[in-house]
Amino acid sequence: MGFVYTGLYIALALIVAGILSWLFRAALVTVMPRQTARALRTAPLTASFGMLTVLLYVLVALFAPLIAPFAEREVVGAQYLAWEAPYYLGTDALGRDMLTRLIYGARNTVGIAFATTALAFIVGSLLGLWAATVGGWVDQLLSRFVDALMAIPALIFSLLLLTIFGTSVLSLILVIAAVDATRVFRLARSVAQGIVVMDYIEAAKLRGEGMWRLITREILPNAMAPLVAEFGLRFCFVFLSISALSFLGLGIKPPTADWGSMVKENAALITFGDITPLLPAGAIAWLTVAVNFVVDWQLHRASGLKE
Amino acid sequence: MDKPVLLQIKGLQIDGRSGDTWSPIVKGVDLTLHKGEVLGLIGESGAGKSTLGLAAMGFVRDGCRISGGSIEFNGIDLINAPEADRHGLRGKRIAYVAQSAAASFNPAHRLFDQYAEMPVVHGVSTAAKAQADAIDLYAKMRLPYPDQIGFRYPHQVSGGQLQRAMTAMAMSCRPDLIIFDEPTTALDVTTQIEVLAAIRDIVAQFDTAAIYITHDLAVVAQMADRIKVLLKGAEVEEADTRTMLSAPRDDYTKSLWSVRNFARAVQPAAAGAPLVSVQNISAGYGTALVLDKVSFDIHKRRTVAVVGESGSGKSTAARVITGLLPPFSGQVLFDGKPLPASYKSRPRELLRQTQMIYQMADTALNPKLPLRDLIGRPAQMYLGLQGKALETRIRDLLNLIELDPDTYIDRLPSELSGGQKQRVGIARALAAEPQFIICDEVTSALDQIVAEGILRLLDKLQSEFDLAYMFITHDLATVKAIADDVVVMQYGMVVEQGPKAEMFSPPHAPYTELLLSSVPEMDPDWLSGLLADRASALPAKA
Repeated sequence: MGFVYTGLYIALALIVAGILSWLFRAALVTVMPRQTARALRTAPLTASFGMLTVLLYVLVALFAPLIAPFAEREVVGAQYLAWEAPYYLGTDALGRDMLTRLIYGARNTVGIAFATTALAFIVGSLLGLWAATVGGWVDQLLSRFVDALMAIPALIFSLLLLTIFGTSVLSLILVIAAVDATRVFRLARSVAQGIVVMDYIEAAKLRGEGMWRLITREILPNAMAPLVAEFGLRFCFVFLSISALSFLGLGIKPPTADWGSMVKENAALITFGDITPLLPAGAIAWLTVAVNFVVDWQLHRASGLKE
Repeated sequence: MDKPVLLQIKGLQIDGRSGDTWSPIVKGVDLTLHKGEVLGLIGESGAGKSTLGLAAMGFVRDGCRISGGSIEFNGIDLINAPEADRHGLRGKRIAYVAQSAAASFNPAHRLFDQYAEMPVVHGVSTAAKAQADAIDLYAKMRLPYPDQIGFRYPHQVSGGQLQRAMTAMAMSCRPDLIIFDEPTTALDVTTQIEVLAAIRDIVAQFDTAAIYITHDLAVVAQMADRIKVLLKGAEVEEADTRTMLSAPRDDYTKSLWSVRNFARAVQPAAAGAPLVSVQNISAGYGTALVLDKVSFDIHKRRTVAVVGESGSGKSTAARVITGLLPPFSGQVLFDGKPLPASYKSRPRELLRQTQMIYQMADTALNPKLPLRDLIGRPAQMYLGLQGKALETRIRDLLNLIELDPDTYIDRLPSELSGGQKQRVGIARALAAEPQFIICDEVTSALDQIVAEGILRLLDKLQSEFDLAYMFITHDLATVKAIADDVVVMQYGMVVEQGPKAEMFSPPHAPYTELLLSSVPEMDPDWLSGLLADRASALPAKA
C-alpha cells in the first residue's frame, strides 16, 4: 500500500504547487506595472512556480536567523537523531540540527552563488557589449584573451587559482566569477554584434550619445532576454561549481553550513535507508529546476514566439 | 469570358490567430478565374491579398484556418481534398512566385537543380529533359546566356534575373494557374519593366491563368485582364481592367487612384548660399569607389530628391554628409563652413542641425524604448529640456505628427502600425530642431495611401519649420510629388541635376530618359507601347 500513498502525496504536492503558482501569478499580475504585468499574464504555470520558489529561497536566506530553530554551529544533541521534535529533520554527524543547517545553507550557498553570478554578469556583459560596440583592436584584444582563458578547463582553472589565492569566501567569489565572466562575455558580444548594426544604434551615434549611454540604454535592453536566460543557467552552474569545490574541500569552509558539504558529511546515512543526506541535494535540485523553469520562459519570450 | 472556369472561390473566410482568439483575415470573398485569364488583386498591406492568393492553392499559413466557404480548382474541392491530393496539385497544376526570389531560392543549389525538382518530383519529366526545357524557358524569359545561367547559384545572378528564373521555374510543369505575389515590388523600376514584360509574354504564350497580387496600381494595369480591389479582407469591387481604371465606382478605389495626385506647391527659385553643399566627394568602402566626384547643393526650405537605382550611391552620399563614412576626397560645407569628415569630431551643435529619417522604421526605432524616450531623448540632449518642459515638448511633437499624446506617449514601437512608426521617426528628427533632414527612402516600405500621408506631413513640416530635405528615393512618383530640385545618380556619379520642372521636361540625359520612361503608368497600354518604342529604338536588351 505504501507506494499508493507515495503516489497520492506526489499528486497532492503537484496540485498544491499548481494552485500556489496560479495564485502567485495572479498576485504578481495585479502588483506589477503594466508592461511587466502583460508579460507575466502569458507566463506558464511552471514559470510562476519557478519564480515562487526563487522568492521562497530568497526569503529563507534573508531571514535565516529568524526562521531557524537553533544557531548555525550549535551542537544540540546526539549525532544522527531521527526526525522528531524539536529536531524536525534530525541531526547531523556532529549533532547539529539539520533544519537549521539547511536554512543557513540557503543563505551561504545561494548568497555566494548569486554574488558570483551577478559579478560575472556585470563584468562579462559590459565588456562584451563594449567590445561589440567599439570593435577593432579592443574587440580583438578582449576576445582573444577570453579565448585563451576558455581554453583551460573551468574546474582545473578555478582549482589552480584557488590554490594561488587561498580559499576565503571572497577569493572563491572572485575566482568563479572570473571564470564564468568569459562565457558571459562571448554571449553578450555575439548578441550585441547583431544589435550594433541596427539603424537605431546608428541614429544614437549620430545623435552624439556617449559610449556608456549607448551600451546601457540602446544595446542592453535589446540584449536583455538572452542575457537573463543565460543568467539563470549560469546561476545553476555556479551553484554546482561551489558545491563541487566544497566537496573537494576548496569551497566554503566548515563549520559554515553549505549544501554541497552537507551532502558529503552525511552521506553515510544513506546506507541505513535514511534520506536525510538527500535533503540538501534536494534543495539544490529544487532551486536548479525552478530557475530553469523561469529561464525556459524567458528563452521562449526571447525567441519571439510569444509577443 | 467564354473560356471554362478554372478556379472558383465562394464566400471564403479565413481566420488568423492572435494569442488565443481567432479574428477574420478574409471575410467572405468570391473569386472566379477562367482558363488563361489574369486577375489582379490589389489592396494595402493587411488587406488579405497574400492570404487569398495562397488559399487558391488550398494552403493557409501557420496560425490561420479556413473557417468557411469553398475553393474549387478544376472541379476539385481544395478544402476537403486529402492533403496528398493537394500536394499533387501544387507545383504541378498550381504554382507560386514569391515576392523575394532571393529569399525563396535555396542558396546551396544551382538554378537548374531547383528548376528540375518539381517536374521530377511530380513525375512529369526527367532531370535531363527538364534541363533542356529550362534553357528554352530561360530564353523565352529573355535571360542572358539561357544555356549557361542555370549552372549558376542564386547569389551569382541579379535580383531581376532571379525573379525571372523563378517565374520560369513556376512554369516548369506548365501549370494551369500561377500565383504571383508582388513579384516586382523589391525591384528597381528599370528592372521591373523587364520582369513584367517577361511574365506577361510567358503567361500569354502558354495560356496560363494567373492571380497577380500587388499594391501598385500601375503595375496591375499592365498585367491583368480583370482587377479585384480588397480592403481589410473584404472585396471592394471587381471589374475588367479598363473599366476599373476609367470608372472606379467605390470611394476607396477612387482614393487609391488619386493617391498619386499629391504635389508640393511650386517654390520660388533657389537663392543665396546653399545650406548644404556637397563638393567633389569621392567615397567608398575599402578600396571600392562608390561615389565618384559627386557635387550638389541643398538650399534652405527646399527639397532635393536624389534618385537612382539601388547601388547608384545615393545612400552612400547620405552617409558621407552625416559623417558616418569619411570621404576619400572632397568636402561637405554646412552654412558655408566645412564639416569635419567624421561625425565623431563634430560638435553636438552641428550634429543637431542634420537629422536623419530611415527607410525601415522597424530597425530605426529602439524596440525597447517607449515613444516618450524615443522622441524625448534628442530634445533632452540637445536642448536641455527636463521634467515638465520635456513632457510638453514631447506632447507637442506627437501632436505635430498627428498621434494623440494621451494614447501613444507610453507605447512601444511594436504597438504602432508601419505608418505610425515612420511618423515617430519624423518626430525624433524634429525633436532636435534641425535645419536639415535626410530622408532615406522613407516611404518605400509603406503602402501608397500611408506613404502619401507621410509625404503630406513632411511637406507641412517643411513650411512650418523652414527645413531643407535631402530626399533619397528610387520612386519617381515620389520625386514628382515632393521635390524642388532633382539629382539623378548612376554608378556613383551625378548624371543630371536641376530644378524639377527642368528635369521632367525634355531633353533628358539618356539614363534619366530610361528612368522616366520606366515608371509604370495607369494606362493599360503603356507597357506594350513602351516595349514597342524601345524595340524600335535599341537592339533587344539583355
